[in-house]
Amino acid sequence: MATVTYDKATRIYPGQDAPAVDSLDLQIEDGEFLVLVGPSGCGKSTSLRMLAGLEEVDAGAIRIGDRDVTHMPPKDRDIAMVFQNYALYPHMTVAANMGFALKIAGTPKAEIQQRVMDAAKLLDLVEYLDRKPKALSGGQRQRVAMGRAIVREPQVFLMDEPLSNLDAKLRVSTRTQIASLQRRLGITTVYVTHDQIEAMTMGDRVCVLKDGRLQQVDTPLKLYDKPANVFVAGFIGSPAMNIATFDVDGERAKLGEADVHLPPAVASAVKAEGSDTVTVGFRPESLVPTSSEDVGGIPVTVDLVEELGSEAYVYGHPAGPKAEEQSDRMRSDTVIARVEPRMAPHKGEKVTFSVKDGESHFFSVKTGERIEA
Amino acid sequence: MELRILATPHEQQALLDLPWDMPLEDWPEWYLVALPRGISRHVVRFTRLEGRVYALKEVVQSFADREYRLLRDLERLDVPSVQAVGVISGREAPDGEPLDPILVTRHLQFSLPYRALFARMMRRETVERLIDALVVLIARLHLLGFYWGDCSLSNTLFRRDAGAFAAYLVDAETGELHNRLSDGQREHDIDIARVNIAGEMMDLAAAGYLDDTVDPIATSDHVVERYHTLWSELTEWEAFDVNERWRIARRVERLNDLGFDVAELDIVTDIGGRTVRVQPKVVDPGHHSRRLLRLTGIDAQENQARRLLNDLDAYTAETDQQGEDEEIVANAWVMDCFEPVMRAIPREFRGKLEAPEIYHEVLEHRWYLSEQAGHDVGIEEAAQDYVESVLRHKPDELAILGGTSGDPEETQPFRIPWDELG
Repeated sequence: MATVTYDKATRIYPGQDAPAVDSLDLQIEDGEFLVLVGPSGCGKSTSLRMLAGLEEVDAGAIRIGDRDVTHMPPKDRDIAMVFQNYALYPHMTVAANMGFALKIAGTPKAEIQQRVMDAAKLLDLVEYLDRKPKALSGGQRQRVAMGRAIVREPQVFLMDEPLSNLDAKLRVSTRTQIASLQRRLGITTVYVTHDQIEAMTMGDRVCVLKDGRLQQVDTPLKLYDKPANVFVAGFIGSPAMNIATFDVDGERAKLGEADVHLPPAVASAVKAEGSDTVTVGFRPESLVPTSSEDVGGIPVTVDLVEELGSEAYVYGHPAGPKAEEQSDRMRSDTVIARVEPRMAPHKGEKVTFSVKDGESHFFSVKTGERIEA
Repeated sequence: MELRILATPHEQQALLDLPWDMPLEDWPEWYLVALPRGISRHVVRFTRLEGRVYALKEVVQSFADREYRLLRDLERLDVPSVQAVGVISGREAPDGEPLDPILVTRHLQFSLPYRALFARMMRRETVERLIDALVVLIARLHLLGFYWGDCSLSNTLFRRDAGAFAAYLVDAETGELHNRLSDGQREHDIDIARVNIAGEMMDLAAAGYLDDTVDPIATSDHVVERYHTLWSELTEWEAFDVNERWRIARRVERLNDLGFDVAELDIVTDIGGRTVRVQPKVVDPGHHSRRLLRLTGIDAQENQARRLLNDLDAYTAETDQQGEDEEIVANAWVMDCFEPVMRAIPREFRGKLEAPEIYHEVLEHRWYLSEQAGHDVGIEEAAQDYVESVLRHKPDELAILGGTSGDPEETQPFRIPWDELG
C-alpha cells in the first residue's frame, strides 16, 4: 500500500497545443479511494493512464510511495488495472484461477498458496477453493475474478469507468459492492468516472477536472457545500445548482424581478475586483416558498412538478415583466426547487422562492472563483 | 422509440426479418445456427441469413456504437478482423421494456476458433504456429496505433495458412485507436496477452487437451519475446559501417521474409560518412499475398501466397521461361497448374478448405506421392489422389463457430457479467 503523488504532471498529445493534463498536483493518501471526475475531454482518463504508465508524462513527475515511476514500464509499477479482464477458466479450480497470474510472475508456490488463502478469507471463498467455477453462483464467480486482482497485492488499484457497460440499475448496486470491498481491503484506489453521482457516492475524496486542470479536490460533502468555483458548483449535484449572473445593488443582488440578499463581505469583494455583477448559485433544496410580506425573493412560474413521494421538484421559469432579460443571464433556462411532497404548487402557478439563510453561493464574474460570504 | 438498423442496404433487407423485439437470449432456435457458443460477458448468438452466418452481440448503446466504428476503422485500415455489419438500436419488447442494442458482425468464412484446433490434442507445433500468427497480428495492430486491451486466443480467429495460421481480431470491445502507441501502451497490451494466453494454456492443460511438452508459462513468455524481436525488426534503427551497405538490402529481405513490404526506408549517414543508419519508416504487411494477387488475381493468406509463388517459380524453371515476362508466366501457371487442381475438387468438398489452402495441401501430397513412387507424379494425378484419400475425410471448415465439445462450458473460459455480482 502506498500514497500516490502527481507532481506537476503534464501530458501534451503530439500536434496539440493545449495539454490534455496540465500541471496536475495531487496527493492521494495511503488506502484512500480517490475518484477522478469531469466531463468528456477533461483529462481524467489521461491522468489515470499516466499513473498506469500507458501515457507518457511530458513534464513533472508521478510517484507511488517514494518511488518515482514517471518513466517506468507499466508492469514494474506495482499497480493493478482492475476488472479490465475477468475471464475465469472452467477447468481450473477456484484457487488456481485466483493464483495463476502469480505463477506466471514466478512467485514461490508456498507464497501463492498463502496469498490465495488470505484473499479467499477476505472474499468468503475459503470453502470453494477446490471447486471449479462452474459449481459457483454468479456472485461467487465475480468474487473469484476480484480475487485475481487482490492476490497480486498491488500498491494501487486503478479503475477506468468499470461500470460504463451496465444499465442504470445495475450500476447502483455494483458501485456499492466495489466501494465496500475497497474499504475492507484498504488498498489505495484511483477510480475514473464521468458520472458525478458515482463519484460522490464512492469516493473518500473526489477530484474534479476540466480542460486538463484540477478544479477542486475534496470530500464529496465539501465539494457540494463549498464548491471552489462556478464550474464545480454546476457540475456537482443532481438536479444541478441554479446559477445566474445578478446585478449588485448595495447589499442586494438583483436580476429582473429576482432579488436576493448579498452579504457585506461579498459585496465588498465584488467592488474590490471592480465588478458590478456577481454570479449567484443556490441549490434546489435551498429554495423555500415565501409569504408575500418577505423582502425580495425569486418569482417563478411553474412548468412542471415532479412528485417523487419523499420529495417533489418544481421546474419553472422566471416570472414577471423582466423575465426575458433574466433568462439570458441564467446558466440553464429552468429554475429548479425542491419542495415538500404532496403540497407542491400546480403547473402555471406563480411562486416566489427565497433562499435559506447562508445557503447562497457567490462567485466572481471575472474568475469564476468562489467568494466567501 | 423506433427501431433503427444501421447497416449496408443489402444486409438491412435480410436483417429486417429477425425478432428484434425479443431479448437475444430468448430467440427461438430456428433463428439460430445450432452450434456450441461461448460464454461471453454479453449474450452472443449466431444466425444464418441468405447463406451467410452472422454473429449477434447484445450490448449497451455506447459500447455497440464504439465497437462498430472501431471495426469499420480496422476494416478501412486493412486489418485482419471480423467485419461489422451494423447496429440495431431502439429495440423494445412488446410490453414497452427497452432492450439493449445488438451489434452484428459477419462471420469470417473458413476461420477457426482456437478451441476447434484442439479437438483431440493441442500439439506443440500447433501452439507455436498459433502464437506466431497472433504476434504478427498484434504487431500489425500496434503499427497502426491500435491498442487491443484484451488480446487472447479466445478473442482471435485463425485461418489456415499453408500449414501455419493467419490471425484475425474478433473482439474490439476494449480496443482504442490512437495516432501512435506509447511504449507503455504496447508493453501493457503485450502483458495482457501474456497473462491471458498463459491462463488459456493452463486451462487446456487442466482439461487434458494440451500436449505434455507444452509449458503454458514458457509459451506465454515466448509471445513476449517474439513480439519484441518482430517489433525491433520492424521499427528499430540499425547502424553499420559504410562498407557494409549490403546490410540495407539484408534488412529489407528479412522484413520481406516476415511478410512485410518496406514502403519507405530512412537512411542517415553521419557527417564523417563512416556510419550508415537505417530505419524502416513505412512497412506494409502482406508482401507475398499482394504479389500473388497482382500476378494471378488469387487472394490468399501470406504463407499460402509464399507457397504458391514458390510453385510459380518452380513452374517457370521447369518450363524454361525465366526470360519471359513475369505476368505472362503467371497467367500460364494459373491455367496449367492452379485451375486444373481446382477443377479436380468436387463442388461438395469446396466448403472444407479455402482454395489456396487446398492447393498447398495438393503440393504437399504430390511431394509425398512422388517420394513413394520414386518419380514425380504430375499435379493433376496428385490432385485426384488427394481428393479421394485426404480431402474427402476432412471436416467442413467453412463455418465453425464453437468448440467441438457438446457443452461449451467444458472448453471455454467463463465471462462474468456484472449483474451476477453480489
